[in-house]
Amino acid sequence: MTAKSGKKSPAHYKTVIHLLLIIGSLFMVGPFIWMVLTAFKSLGESTQMPPVIFPARLRWENFTNLFDSLPFLTFYWNTFFMATGRTLGALVFCSMAAYAFARIEFPGKNVLFLLILSVLMIPSQSYVIPQYLIMVEFGWTNSLKALIIPALTSAFGTFLLRQFFLSMPRELDEAATIDGCNHLQIFVRILLPLAKPGLIALAIFQLLWSWNDLLWPLIVNNSPSKMPLAVGLASLQGQYGTNYPLLMAGSLLATLPMLILFIFLQRYFVQGIALSGTKG
Amino acid sequence: MGPLFKQQPKVTAPLRSVQRLSTKKKQDYFWAYLFIFPTLLGTVLFNLGPVLYTVYLSFTEWGAFGNSTWGGLVNYKKILNDPVFVSSLKNTLIFTVLSVPLSIALSTVVAQLLNQQIRGVSVYRTLFFLPVVTMPAAIGIVWRWLYNADFGIINYLLNLFHIKPVGWLIDGNIALYSIIVVAIWGAIGYNMVIILAGLQNISPQFYEAASIDGAGMFTKFFQITVPLLTPTLFFVTIISMINALQTFELIFMMIGPDSLVIRDTQTLVFMFYKEAFINNDKGYGSAISLVLFLMILILTIIQFKWQKKWVHYS
Repeated sequence: MTAKSGKKSPAHYKTVIHLLLIIGSLFMVGPFIWMVLTAFKSLGESTQMPPVIFPARLRWENFTNLFDSLPFLTFYWNTFFMATGRTLGALVFCSMAAYAFARIEFPGKNVLFLLILSVLMIPSQSYVIPQYLIMVEFGWTNSLKALIIPALTSAFGTFLLRQFFLSMPRELDEAATIDGCNHLQIFVRILLPLAKPGLIALAIFQLLWSWNDLLWPLIVNNSPSKMPLAVGLASLQGQYGTNYPLLMAGSLLATLPMLILFIFLQRYFVQGIALSGTKG
Repeated sequence: MGPLFKQQPKVTAPLRSVQRLSTKKKQDYFWAYLFIFPTLLGTVLFNLGPVLYTVYLSFTEWGAFGNSTWGGLVNYKKILNDPVFVSSLKNTLIFTVLSVPLSIALSTVVAQLLNQQIRGVSVYRTLFFLPVVTMPAAIGIVWRWLYNADFGIINYLLNLFHIKPVGWLIDGNIALYSIIVVAIWGAIGYNMVIILAGLQNISPQFYEAASIDGAGMFTKFFQITVPLLTPTLFFVTIISMINALQTFELIFMMIGPDSLVIRDTQTLVFMFYKEAFINNDKGYGSAISLVLFLMILILTIIQFKWQKKWVHYS
């Protein structure tokens, strides 16, 4: 006899599952909801006890105050510049290196690849101090260069894309070579287009990580005109720590672009993570 | 090919090896080195070189005015005697030991729930994943507001149940655990996606065979699902552990260097940041970062050795 006696009927079973998932989702989403509600309240409303759930009216001035209190628009521009710079750099340089390691035989190939891979084993705190000192030496502190250039080469990206190129049939390269293509042409015209899933996954990881990066920009830039959003938020909290609606408005604006990007491109996000889990 | 095949003249050694390089090989080498050059340069200049320099720095002693001299093992001796280091180490380990297993367990439960044939999976997945794409700095600010002792919503909800307000981030005994909850909250979505992929890789035949043998839901989960999931769980454990050992943003945003409870909550990376960039003792900061590196390395190796005991590879 199967264990039917202890089993709920399918309808009950699914209801329980939905119930559990709804409770879990509320826990995940609750803080966001409260953040948005607070962002539109007045200071008085936000500190009222018992709490006011909905603001009497939507206080858009919290957002305009945000841009008046701190150079928030500059933070946005800096973050955008930093994120796209790092992502484009990673896409270009990692794919080039990945192609070479996957498709060409050359002296020192294995040693050099291991060298680059070893960076993945090293936590960033082990090289951040000298990186900072190099920035000082080059005169790059408080600049956008400092936010982009040291992060342009990604060992992770090189590894990921190399896995992709390795899985592509050699016949493609051979056919192209017979047609008279050199490596650049094979790379750009044939293999790179086929690596789209990997490139998208890398782009998403790099974009997300760059947008949210706090430690490095904190170290290397202390001028507000060069801060990205993450550091700007830290600054906001430092100066206006008890103006809760203002803080929430700032947090909302800082995270909104990535949230929107995620909601529209979530298929690629999920694919990318599952990809790194299976190929990693 | 006999008569058409020309004999190669004898040449001296260096010339012979260059002549051995066909045009194809020369082309290969040209493109290869060109393509790897930017990544290699960046890696050596910004990653590997700096690690070596950090090692050197860890042996330097820094004075109050930013000057440094060779100090030998002085920083390492300082670490052994520093109560702040001991508490940072303790906090980091508690943080890791609690947040990693709990977040993975919860993620597994959620992934398992999502793996049943129900509607709206992608909606739930989106909601669970939102914290993962949110800026940690913002997460810190928002949760700090939720945890606010006087006006925070959490204490208000407790109040409805006649529970007195809790100093979530002010009470030195609780603050670290309050932050651990936030870390788990932020990590569930990420682990869930990877574990879900792992679950979907398990062939339904196993479950069918088990059903025929009369296995119930929980038996199936613990005797089939979990063992077959162990490779994925291993991967997620390593990633989560390495991440947890490097916690910084949450402490920085939710507690901050000037808080009274910083001693009860600061992690190794936070201490590293404070020493290297607030106190400007780059020698001591370097030593701390290397100790952390060593710790991560050793713990990862231990995990790899352990996997033979609990990970089933098919």
